[in-house]
Amino acid sequence: MEALLLSLRLALSVSAILLVIGMPLAYWLAYSKWRGKFLLESVVALPLVLPPTVLGFYLLVAMGPRGPLGRMWYALFGHGLAFTFSGLVLASVLYSFPFAIQPLVAAFEGVDRKLIEASALLGAGRFRTFQRVILPLSVPGVVTAMVLSFAHTVGEFGVVLMVGGNLPGVTRTVSIDVYDHVQSMEFAQANRMAFLLLAISFAFLSVVYAVNRRVGRRVWASWVAR
Amino acid sequence: MGSEINPGNLSVRVRKQHRDSNDSDFVLDLTLEVSAGITILFGPSGAGKSTLLDCIAGLVRPDAGRISVGDDVLVDSESGVHLAPQKRRLAYVFQELALFPHKTGEENVGYGLTNLPRKERNGRVEEILAAFHVEQLRKRKPSEMSGGEKRRVALARSLVTSPRVLLLDEPLTGLDTGLKAGIIDDLRAWNAAYKIPILYVTHSRDEVDALGEHVIAMHHGRVVGAGTANEILDAPRLKGLAQAVGFENLLWGTVVELRKPDGVMRVRGERSLCELEVPLGDAAPGSRVCIAVRAGDILLATKQPSALSARNIMEGQIVSLEQRGTMVIARVNCGMVFIVHVTPGAARTLELCVERKVWLVLKTHSCHLVAA
Repeated sequence: MEALLLSLRLALSVSAILLVIGMPLAYWLAYSKWRGKFLLESVVALPLVLPPTVLGFYLLVAMGPRGPLGRMWYALFGHGLAFTFSGLVLASVLYSFPFAIQPLVAAFEGVDRKLIEASALLGAGRFRTFQRVILPLSVPGVVTAMVLSFAHTVGEFGVVLMVGGNLPGVTRTVSIDVYDHVQSMEFAQANRMAFLLLAISFAFLSVVYAVNRRVGRRVWASWVAR
Repeated sequence: MGSEINPGNLSVRVRKQHRDSNDSDFVLDLTLEVSAGITILFGPSGAGKSTLLDCIAGLVRPDAGRISVGDDVLVDSESGVHLAPQKRRLAYVFQELALFPHKTGEENVGYGLTNLPRKERNGRVEEILAAFHVEQLRKRKPSEMSGGEKRRVALARSLVTSPRVLLLDEPLTGLDTGLKAGIIDDLRAWNAAYKIPILYVTHSRDEVDALGEHVIAMHHGRVVGAGTANEILDAPRLKGLAQAVGFENLLWGTVVELRKPDGVMRVRGERSLCELEVPLGDAAPGSRVCIAVRAGDILLATKQPSALSARNIMEGQIVSLEQRGTMVIARVNCGMVFIVHVTPGAARTLELCVERKVWLVLKTHSCHLVAA
């Protein structure tokens, strides 16, 4: 149970952080006319192609007591970053980055350019246009981004193993827990945990998709627009 | 209210290299002065009309030029002024209308008034909805409105902000004539009080007829004529313009003879022996000219006509026949190929078919001289 709660806490934190930093970045990627944009797009997509162990390895080195992140963290908080929950959140944010950014960029790009121009011509600045036109029309994309980053974080294994290790209540997430039980031939416990995660994931996704499809669009849109 | 507002003329001088995917490369290069009232900007598609409106609205940055409303400078390439669209206080209704699909009629109309206190905003929204007869659309989303209703809401949304200039890019395309007339009447009534310059882009002839006190003709990025609707529509001096106003036939030829006493001249078709008598124009013998003829102005006969006042009678052969709606389009080769419109009834009675020998009859004054 401890592992399950930890996984959910981690996934929620990561989704929330990605929502906050993902919006402005996705907005920029969708609308910037800068020629070097493809460079940033490539960086954002890197976690899609890198094996989790490679990403995890670099993060572990960076977070270690001699790494730049690790030293900075030590200076700020008086303890290291590797093998902590914060370190896990940071690693997961990077690992799930493309899963949040790409649906957001696609949603923003999908908003009819003429609507954005019409908003500007009616006197709205960029922020107001974003808040009152782009965002309400991108609600399905925002929901997709959140669901994907949540699900991807719950399901991650390699990165957690590299930077988090296996500390109960701190970094021992469901995927690690199941792996650990299987390693110790405790199939009953592994099965219980695996099934629980399967059931919760399915229920969660069903609710989100159902809401997003039907009532969702209208309710969410008016809620965001206010 | 508002009758005291006198926003001043719109002055435009722009240069803009225009490029787009469908090979219409041209340089927009023109000077315009638009005063209060409706001015039609007329020209074939690809003439640069929309690009011009985009420059005025601030959606496109001209390469050089100056745009001002009254004393207020919106664009001045020399001093580097280029106001953002949201700072220009102009209204622009796109052909696509661009109503916000997630907002109701009244939310769409109130969008530009967010800074006003709620009570004043609601009052202005009510007023403009009534002026354009769309009070019943207050709670409806654009997806629940008809084409004509959407246009009225789009106009109301733009005008409720008391803009200094109104730009309209083919706002009534696709509506039937009755609906168009109703909307035009409401627009005129609104502008009788506010008296702002309205620049109305169209390539539709009946809109020009309905609106055209003042028409500016554009072709290939330049102003090629200005005047009343009749002056512009009936004397096209440019090939592109002729196509736009519905001259299906554009025939190139050489002037062979001037008959000044009769007020006519003879033109021989290029690479053919076919000759046409056309009204005397500003052309010397031997010069190359283009003659524009409407397909509906040509008569078609299956026997050689005689004793007619029409001066141009040509023998030819039908190359193709195509029925489109209530119209049959015949292509007839008389040395030059003419496009002729006949009714389906006439096509049946005359037993028109491909390869049939026919005669075309053309009045001299149905031939319009177009500068080469």
